[in-house]
Amino acid sequence: MLNVSIYRYNPEVDSEPYMQDFKVDTQGKDVMVLDVLEKLKAEDPTLTFRRSCREGVCGSDGVNISGKNGLACITPLSEAVKGNKLVIRPLPGLPVIRDLVIDMSQFYAQYEKIQPYMINNTPAPAIERLQSPEERAKLDGLYECILCACCSTACPSFWWNPDKFIGPSGLLQAYRFLADSRDTATEERLANLDDPFSVFRCHGIMNCVQVCPKGLNPTKAIGHIRSMLIRSAT
Amino acid sequence: MVTSVTSFGRSGLSDWMIQRISAWIMTAYVAFMVCYFVGNPELTYAQWAELNSSLAMRMFSLVTILSIAAHAWIGMWCVLTDYVTLRLVGPKATAIRIFFQLGMIAITLLYVVWAIDILWGI
Amino acid sequence: MANIRTMSFDAVIVGGGGSGMRAALQLAQSGYKTAVITKVFPTRSHTVSAQGGITCAIASDDPNDQWQWHMYDTIKGSDYIGDQEAIEYMCQTGPEAIFELEHMGLPFSRTEEGRIYQRPFGGQSKDFGNGGQAARTCAAADRTGHALLHTLYQGNLKNETTFLNEWYAVDIVKNEDNAVVGVVAINIESGETVYVKSKATVFATGGAGRIYASTTNAHICTGDGVGMALRAGFPVQDIEMWQFHPTGIHGAGTLVTEGCRGEGGYLINKDGERFMERYAPNAKDLAGRDVVARSMVLEILEGRGCGENGDHVYLKLDHLGEETLNAKLPGILELSRTFAHADPVKEPIPVVPTCHYMMGGIPTNVDGQALTIDKDGNDQVIQGFYACGEAACVSVHGANRLGGNSLLDLVVFGRASGMFIEKQLREGINLKDARESDIEAAMVSLNRINNSAGGEKASVLRAELQTIMQNYFGVFRRGDFMKEGIEKLNALRPRIENVALEDKSNAFNTARIEALELQNLFATAEATAIAAEGRTESRGAHAREDFQERDDENWLCHSVYFPETKTLGKRGVNFNLKTREAFEPKVRTY
Repeated sequence: MLNVSIYRYNPEVDSEPYMQDFKVDTQGKDVMVLDVLEKLKAEDPTLTFRRSCREGVCGSDGVNISGKNGLACITPLSEAVKGNKLVIRPLPGLPVIRDLVIDMSQFYAQYEKIQPYMINNTPAPAIERLQSPEERAKLDGLYECILCACCSTACPSFWWNPDKFIGPSGLLQAYRFLADSRDTATEERLANLDDPFSVFRCHGIMNCVQVCPKGLNPTKAIGHIRSMLIRSAT
Repeated sequence: MVTSVTSFGRSGLSDWMIQRISAWIMTAYVAFMVCYFVGNPELTYAQWAELNSSLAMRMFSLVTILSIAAHAWIGMWCVLTDYVTLRLVGPKATAIRIFFQLGMIAITLLYVVWAIDILWGI
Repeated sequence: MANIRTMSFDAVIVGGGGSGMRAALQLAQSGYKTAVITKVFPTRSHTVSAQGGITCAIASDDPNDQWQWHMYDTIKGSDYIGDQEAIEYMCQTGPEAIFELEHMGLPFSRTEEGRIYQRPFGGQSKDFGNGGQAARTCAAADRTGHALLHTLYQGNLKNETTFLNEWYAVDIVKNEDNAVVGVVAINIESGETVYVKSKATVFATGGAGRIYASTTNAHICTGDGVGMALRAGFPVQDIEMWQFHPTGIHGAGTLVTEGCRGEGGYLINKDGERFMERYAPNAKDLAGRDVVARSMVLEILEGRGCGENGDHVYLKLDHLGEETLNAKLPGILELSRTFAHADPVKEPIPVVPTCHYMMGGIPTNVDGQALTIDKDGNDQVIQGFYACGEAACVSVHGANRLGGNSLLDLVVFGRASGMFIEKQLREGINLKDARESDIEAAMVSLNRINNSAGGEKASVLRAELQTIMQNYFGVFRRGDFMKEGIEKLNALRPRIENVALEDKSNAFNTARIEALELQNLFATAEATAIAAEGRTESRGAHAREDFQERDDENWLCHSVYFPETKTLGKRGVNFNLKTREAFEPKVRTY
């Protein structure tokens, strides 16, 4: 029997959050953390968490698993259980709505701030805008972000200034558009990032890289943004 | 763009550049000093005074002092805006931060003036 | 009881996936007050899981490619019950819709010429089936759905669409003229119930793959739109047509794109034999999905399945080389390593046909207007009601969808619905306001759940439902089995209506949402069962052991399921092509 400890908080019932312990029979199988949550929810329907695709592409079920942020659906127990114990908490740093569900509005607000869409005011051709495979390759490692917030909520700078620091996820997307040969708003985008908070609160501790379930590297992207800012200033 | 925040430089980029450049200057100064002491194991006061009376050395020391001041100011400003915020401390955050920042300014100014006095008072 | 807050919009789109956001984008761009009600944050919608690509004749891989060839493939793929007018519209308009997406920033993979990369997919041909395999599926690596969905969300942010994120639409509100004038919806975070009033209500609620135990579909694919339409008394079309994707990962159900076979992968049985050569000598592994899925099941049934229990086959990719796999199929490598514990670079992936797509849905015309059938068998437009994407049956997929056509369907018809509604709004839509009693009628099923006392757990009932559907309405179907299945469903109905909801709290109550979703799953399952039992032939994905032949005399038509009488009617297939004479039904071989 696996010992599972889960963060519980229902604002209508509980005066404060608490950790609830469960025992789960996994029949020795190396199932995913989400399978354990589903099994528990079948028993206790009040247990609340987000989930959708269950294959690591929708980004719904980012939670803190035994101390490390990750997606419940693609984290096997073999990676998450320490000493027969699995501890599941909501992603840290953002307000908890209920149990493992957090209020992500601040995270999304930072994403929206970087103008996460193509800007190109030149007349569009009748077919697609051409882009060489080399130019397109620059977007690899950037466009795959699933907005799960595992990175940003693992970042102390984002914990302290979630309203001012864009955070690793938003900055990865900022660079996704800066790096796109089809986007023409580079100067405008850079100008919007050149304050002491938006980019420069990143101190390069790389928590984001360590937790990203898609294996992306926001720190590297932030480095590229910095280089672009330096180049545009000189 | 995040606006209405006071910082040392004009922008995040200039702050960041100042941090890097000042760090290099401080490193160079420390390295120079270490080499100097290692190269002169039997240092006398006269030698030491001579070194520090040259204009180049005085300028080097002054630039280093200013680097320390800028580096500390930006670093402390970062720390204060990380931890002494409305979210973490509550409504008194701004007052507390201004108090600490004024204190920082006072101390930094004092050190810079004092250092100049030492350098040019030899 | 209907004392609830009202929010008013020009247009409301229920569903924040590909088709919903494409429709919303069109309307937001035109300046109409548009809201998207979506039960998950938009980029968590199931479109995100689409992998291989979006099929469209943009003439990149082959400069001489023609949309007419794509049209032919799609009609043949549909086993001739796809509406030819709709297919013509989709294939002809497709390139325009794709280029729009590219201009919006969709990061398509590229060819050396800088054009959009296209890969071969199943059922694709050149020159009306005479020119060999075509490569017509536009791809962003094997993450096309993700790239598409994010691009559409970004486009909507740019155009300031109103998103009601994590809101759940409960039921349709109809006025006294039986026109649709909005929905009752719950704000999941606060639990507040709101009447969302609208001049145009678009259902882009996606599929219902979760009616089966083994599915590639996300947890959220619970047929909410179909369920709501059925409860409102509106019919659904061809709902017996469920696509089983040949390559779901054995045990986990997660999808492995057809693009794997497009890039040169193939299926093998336990003897290492490439068995598709026997079933489809020309197209082999790239035959229609229904053909491949059936062949796989036959291999397994005849004892040539792989693994300890001989219950799956293998998809072999290692001969493609690590470099190609990393460049073209990086997501598949990840999924296979995670869910099958198999590294495709070195070993084959265990796969099995898995429920994937609902070809049927709410019948609509090319403009997205939802239809019902009157007493005389004529189409009647339901005022105020529209549908697009998987929830709709326009019908471009007929009895079997071709790979890559669902993304095209949702973009083209999301766009078409948006454009048509824009035109209607400009001309003026006048629908009578809902009366108090109309809103109350839309709250009946919510109130029943909210007042539940006793009953069984949703999780238990859902599992039972899924098992029944899996066992009695799977890849191969048989009349007597299906009758038994329908009886089991009948026994399950009162238990599901009486589902337990012990937790009556308001804040983010997912137990309430799951209880409501269960009603929709059941409604969709029941319609599927009755329609499947009623269609006494084999066509496309609907394969009956007791009626093994296609019966064009009686069944070259849509089935229409009427919820009030729980009976099956027929509706003619549209053979009116604008640009050429219709494609007559032929024997379908690959």
